[in-house]
Amino acid sequence: MSYLRIRDLSVVLRGTRHRLLRGVSLDVGATEVMGLVGESGAGKSMIGKAVLGILPRSAKIVSGSIELDGVDLLTLPPRQRRHVIGQKAALIPQDPLTALNPARRIEPQITDRLVDILGWDRARARTRAAEILHDVHIPQPERVLRAYPHELSGGMRQRVLIASAFAAEPRLIVADEPTTALDVTVQKQILKLIFEMQARHGTALLFVTHDLGVVSKICQRLTVLYGGLVMEEAEVGAFFDAPAHPYSRALLAATPRHTDPTADLTPVPEAVIAEARRAVAEADLRWHS
Amino acid sequence: MLDGRSLVKRTAGLRLWLSAGWIGALVIGAVFAPWIAPQDPLMQDLFTSRLPPFWMDGAEPGYWLGTDSLGRDVLSRILYGGRVALVVALIAGTATALIGATLGLIAGYFRGWADMVISRLVDIWMAFPPVLFAILLIAVMGTGLTSVVVAIIVIDWTRFARVVRAEAMAQGAMDYVASAQVAGRGRMSTLLTEILPNVLPTIAVLLTLEMGIAVIVEAILSFVNLSVSTDDPTWGGMIAEGRLSIHQAWWVLVFPLVALFLTVLSFSQLGEGLKDRFDPVLN
Repeated sequence: MSYLRIRDLSVVLRGTRHRLLRGVSLDVGATEVMGLVGESGAGKSMIGKAVLGILPRSAKIVSGSIELDGVDLLTLPPRQRRHVIGQKAALIPQDPLTALNPARRIEPQITDRLVDILGWDRARARTRAAEILHDVHIPQPERVLRAYPHELSGGMRQRVLIASAFAAEPRLIVADEPTTALDVTVQKQILKLIFEMQARHGTALLFVTHDLGVVSKICQRLTVLYGGLVMEEAEVGAFFDAPAHPYSRALLAATPRHTDPTADLTPVPEAVIAEARRAVAEADLRWHS
Repeated sequence: MLDGRSLVKRTAGLRLWLSAGWIGALVIGAVFAPWIAPQDPLMQDLFTSRLPPFWMDGAEPGYWLGTDSLGRDVLSRILYGGRVALVVALIAGTATALIGATLGLIAGYFRGWADMVISRLVDIWMAFPPVLFAILLIAVMGTGLTSVVVAIIVIDWTRFARVVRAEAMAQGAMDYVASAQVAGRGRMSTLLTEILPNVLPTIAVLLTLEMGIAVIVEAILSFVNLSVSTDDPTWGGMIAEGRLSIHQAWWVLVFPLVALFLTVLSFSQLGEGLKDRFDPVLN
């Protein structure tokens, strides 16, 4: 039984019939790590945002369903939907520099959810916040709780955000390219930390990335997107042995090899892109008619 | 080594202290005017008319900045005029900030039809020439301190609404607002805890600017005799009177003008200084 179940989800650019997500279906099991890959603009982040109810104002869900733990989110009134999402899901955002409110101390930014959604008192939430900061290997958690975001480094802020995501023990976490904005040296530590926390808490993880290398190491399954359309969904082992879809094959071939830095990069061949575009056009044709 | 940052900080500090100093002195002068003022600001005495300021020949002790053509003491009148200016700055500035910022926050964060209504209203409002608008308003409401304050609020709330709306929109697109939404926060509580604290520095800067503008508008209105009653000394009124005798007694015009200039400058510099002081990025 999958924890997150998306069926035939279509999102359009508000005021137009142009689809950004074209009937996406997706399942994430209760303790599974699902990788969501694709080029920029393929709609990877859009799926995560739709699940968490934070789509930008310009995007609008027009059809499909999103079930979280058996609850259909899209049929709930907004207030209840926020409550359900707040209880069961969390976000590890892309850019740690804009994901913490510069005007507030760290403590309330972690404890708000514990107090608002879980109904804990402040003291208990504070203890929990210190504990979870300790879990993400932040030295002197008490000091960090009292700090403002600008007093912390980028890597430190990302640790705080990871702690904050896990603090309320959500069952699903959407990680939206959590290392893209970080230094290469910090990236690896942060990735390790996310998966250490995921393993310890047994949380389902929807991992949005464009890095197939990361996916091969940490995900159990992956979904390849192109133009808001699912190209392929596969077990990671099977995928890297033999990707079924030509686009997946091309994407895999385009991944830079660290073993030979001088080798030329392989672009995705024109013919493959043309075929992917054709698939998108066909899906649109079916949808519009 | 010379650290560029400390240099910036030091000049910002000096600016802050100078402007705060002038406004502080003005506030003290205004509050304690009855005890500080060397003369009764309304007392006319034709024997002491057009006395020059203290460093010139013919000056009388006790009339430090000279007297006007009716023999009234210029320094005392500036102190009492400062009362009107500061009261207007404080009340009109704060009320304008409250109303304009509230509407700006609503428009910028909730968007949708609320934004449509407020933004169109602002557009229409800004098409009126402000001073004419104020004069028209006072012609309808009658003169007096309340009318001046109301006129300033009615004219200038758009300034806040515009800027705060843009700022709230920018803040609303930040990831931490999305994070707050994911954490199940309501729209209103997100607005109050996530957006407002980040817009507050902007509001504070605008508020000090607005106080300067309020002082100017009050001076303009009293210059054309549409502010408080002509019995009460006002800077604008003094400037209007001084204009008539500029060749015989320049000090009647120049001193209130300098007071007005320094006050408006101080308010705007105070805003800039505060912004630098509280900007977490600069610190």
